Amino acid sequence: MVEVLVGDRPVLVPAGASAAAAVLLSDLPAIRTTPVSGAPRLPYCMMGVCFDCLAEIDGVPNRQACMVTVAPGMRIAPQRGVRAA
Amino acid sequence: MSATDAIVVGGGLVGVAIAHGLQRQGLAVALLDEGDVAHRASRGNFGLVWVQSKGIGAPHYQRWTRDSAAEWPALAATLREATGIDPALHQPGGVTLCLSEAELAERAESLARLRRESGNAGYEYRLLDPAALREMLPGLGPRVVGGSYTPYDGHASPLHLLRALHTAFRDAGGAYHPNTTVATLRPAPHDFAVEAAGTTLRAPRLVLAAGLGNAALAPLVGLSAPLRPERGQIIVTERAAPVLPMPLVNIRQTGEGSLLIGNSAEEAGFDTLTQSPPVLRDMARRAVLCFPWIAGLNVVRAWSALRVMSPDGRPIYDQSERFPGAFLATCHSGVTLAAAHARLLAPMIAAGALTTAMSPFGAGRFDVQNAA
Repeated sequence: MVEVLVGDRPVLVPAGASAAAAVLLSDLPAIRTTPVSGAPRLPYCMMGVCFDCLAEIDGVPNRQACMVTVAPGMRIAPQRGVRAA
Repeated sequence: MSATDAIVVGGGLVGVAIAHGLQRQGLAVALLDEGDVAHRASRGNFGLVWVQSKGIGAPHYQRWTRDSAAEWPALAATLREATGIDPALHQPGGVTLCLSEAELAERAESLARLRRESGNAGYEYRLLDPAALREMLPGLGPRVVGGSYTPYDGHASPLHLLRALHTAFRDAGGAYHPNTTVATLRPAPHDFAVEAAGTTLRAPRLVLAAGLGNAALAPLVGLSAPLRPERGQIIVTERAAPVLPMPLVNIRQTGEGSLLIGNSAEEAGFDTLTQSPPVLRDMARRAVLCFPWIAGLNVVRAWSALRVMSPDGRPIYDQSERFPGAFLATCHSGVTLAAAHARLLAPMIAAGALTTAMSPFGAGRFDVQNAA
């Protein structure tokens, strides 16, 4: 198992899982809000298509969490609206 | 059958701006748009309404560009009101950044010359050191040695502009003919018959605004349009929160938040399908030297389009002596000059003749014999 941080919650996930899986295991109500309407979002397609799982991972915004494999100590942070430049 | 007062060939920004302008003069207009087999320069623009580098050695072009920038707010307001589509015009002024002392010296000389050539209109600009630029622009890179600012510059959404013009044209009763290539053109003074897509249109005025297609059409009415394609590429990043308060000549942030990186120029014939990585790399590198934070943004796409270039890079506006009533308009600044085309050029065409102030734009300037 690998421990990562989703928001401020430590979460244990199987090695090889995606950051999006960690988000779902964390019980966080939303990983981001959309830039246009502010609607809450959680990972959905889990295969790199829908972009609903965008998160700030290790300080880099707008990463597709479902396409990133967890690593020990990874920080997966929620995003609110449009990213900063 | 209703009479047509003018046929405009070309449904890009130049053609539809003129068609819209002719309508405002009370003319019934038919607009012929070739379709996606054409080069579609108006689908690939960067979207600047740009004054500060145009017209060096050509005061008439400087003045025309300035006049268009000044007319733009009225065009934008007209389109917003008529269609509900906002062309997203912002004219906060614009900046050109210099990354070497040589670039800065050249910039200073160009702007001084533009001011000398501006006549009574004057030409306001400022040369800025990095400290002054830092107060205007966030996160400036350490390699920036200076820059220039003029208050006349701005930007707009070229796609919203194109759609707004087309919508305004059709809502006002304009006859839009999509997927219509001119098959034959039979000119007579004040009587032009165009066969296209199986129908024949006839009108006392003809306006050729077909971009690079003008090169082949112009001789049919006794005009000439020596044009060549110049390829420009654009890189688009993901959307980000508003950060750039004004456009630069090579970087702008759209109303939706995307950053556009452009200002490349290549001689590549009519090829827009291949992209050249060295050019994209140089554009991206320069953008990151201007603003290092751009490196953290994901690129979502890049594309190429063809500028419509005359031998001296300036627009061609002309009228046929052999076939009065035939006009030609072509330029590589369809966004910047949209307001001039709709509000200044179209009234001349409606009245039947270009004013003498327009004569320096005629293609006759390319016929001058070299002195032995």
